[in-house]
Amino acid sequence: MQIEFKHVTHSYESNNPMSGLGLADVSCTINSGKFTAIVGKTGSGKSTLVRHINALLKPTSGEILVGERKITSETNNKNLKPLRKNVGMVFQFPESQLFEDTVEKDIMFGPQNFGVPEKDAKEAAQEMIDVVGLGSEYLQKSPFDLSGGQMRRVAIAGVLASDPETIILDEPTAGLDPVGRKEIMDLFKEQQKNGKTIILITHNMDDVANYADEMMVMHDSQIVASGTPKAVFNDQELLDKNYLTLPQSAIFAQKLQAKNFHFDQLPITISELTTEIKQQIHGD
Amino acid sequence: MPGDSLIYRLDPRVKFLITFYFIGIVFLANNVASYAFLMVFVLFAVLVSKVNFIFFIKGLRPMFWLILFTVVLQAFFTPSNHPIWHWSFLTLSKEGLVIATYIFMRFILIIFISTLLTLTTTPIEISDSIESILKPLRVIKFPVTQVALMLSIALRFVPLLIDETTKIMDAQRARGVDFGEGGLIKRIKAFVPILIPLFVSSFSIAYDLAIAMESRGYKDGQGRSKYRVLQWSMRDNWTIVFMAGVTIILLFLRSY
Ligand SMILES: Nc1ncnc2c1ncn2[C@@H]1O[C@H](COP(=O)(O)OP(=O)(O)OP(=O)(O)O)[C@@H](O)[C@H]1O
Ligand SMILES: [Mg+2]
Repeated sequence: MQIEFKHVTHSYESNNPMSGLGLADVSCTINSGKFTAIVGKTGSGKSTLVRHINALLKPTSGEILVGERKITSETNNKNLKPLRKNVGMVFQFPESQLFEDTVEKDIMFGPQNFGVPEKDAKEAAQEMIDVVGLGSEYLQKSPFDLSGGQMRRVAIAGVLASDPETIILDEPTAGLDPVGRKEIMDLFKEQQKNGKTIILITHNMDDVANYADEMMVMHDSQIVASGTPKAVFNDQELLDKNYLTLPQSAIFAQKLQAKNFHFDQLPITISELTTEIKQQIHGD
Repeated sequence: MPGDSLIYRLDPRVKFLITFYFIGIVFLANNVASYAFLMVFVLFAVLVSKVNFIFFIKGLRPMFWLILFTVVLQAFFTPSNHPIWHWSFLTLSKEGLVIATYIFMRFILIIFISTLLTLTTTPIEISDSIESILKPLRVIKFPVTQVALMLSIALRFVPLLIDETTKIMDAQRARGVDFGEGGLIKRIKAFVPILIPLFVSSFSIAYDLAIAMESRGYKDGQGRSKYRVLQWSMRDNWTIVFMAGVTIILLFLRSY
């Protein structure tokens, strides 16, 4: 399912007399089956952008194509279920959406809303609790007795259980421990291998370098750059303008450059970095 | 809303008391001249405040149906001996129309003046003035500071809870909940997935706040100094004199 933004503008209008611009004439394409990362400073419009994909927000002008489905300012609030079934969304701090008395029921909540029969929803819950790395003994617990990280996993299982084609992740690892965050990121990569499209909002450049196929950089409600992480992180102009920072490996490579190493392109992952260093040490 | 004008700079206690005083004297108006005079006064206050008039119109919007309902009710249900138009239990008469117009004016006056207060005064200023106004009640052991603290915390929580509610609603919508679809029972049921997380997060915010306050050594009781000191100045005195003038003119127009 390809996602295409065509000249999308969104201005927030609230009861508050002040109102802000969320998106300013954004056009972009997110390809099916790819792992796309969206980065940018706080308030640059990342969350606003992705909320358009499942019509939680509607554009003030312009249109969004999600597969066959078109979303414009006139889109009706009815009949959005097929769209929302296909586009799963994991929010920043998703644990605040849990409400059922058992983990199992909470995971089944999404699929059942989308019309999956109880039996199948139960099976999905069984399967997903394993996928997110919790055992099936958790199914009968109350979600409120779990730790923050476990709640996060339950919430993610709840979104995966509806079997969406596209999964949107809004800073899914914020506040998790390093091992936990790696497990969760690996889980999403695994989902991509199963044919899903992944869209990840993150402030962690190492995650972008390690997991993403494509990246987009947002600044002041606009997309200022897009391409492969390798190309974008090597764009000196973006770095000069302070639109993004580098992953650790690239920072390390920059420091090595001062010590007579030479990189045509900055390596962005640890494995790239080590191969480059090995070559240069042995190549001398 | 941030801004700067004479009204902004008035002592919040004066603004708070005058607003209530004004809402009181609105009910003294009894003829065209007195309503017109009060309207001129309110428009004058709006003008002096330099707040964009659009915000006052926006303030009317949530009350629109209530106003319409009351006005229509008054217009058609006022009994009269000289109806202009009559159909079964509905009567349209001159008296009814006059009363409906007065009620409409009252709504507008009260909403405008309270909008003026809320737009030019921060919630925290309002709770400070309530504390200061209630101070005399300390004599009868009324816990003024605690009440004021509760009030300012509650005020601070309102935007927080609104934010939290939209967030939770979005999350449940993404999981396929459709608010405003189906019959009454189904609609009520759709709110369970919002209310429970909302309660849970309110309790955890409240708990965090309590811990944060205790760890900074908060203790209730006497002797706390204030960060924001309310300052009574000459212009506040003049405002009160001005209001007294307004009252006298109103009383005069009333019996006119
Ligand atoms: N509900 C809202 N009402 C008014 N303005 C809003 C609202 N939500 C966001 N904005 C504004 O829209 C702009 C983009 O916000 P958005 O939440 O998309 O940023 P973000 O890139 O997701 O930031 P973060 O990294 O902090 O999550 C910001 O300037 C913000 O002030
Ligand atoms: Mg965001």
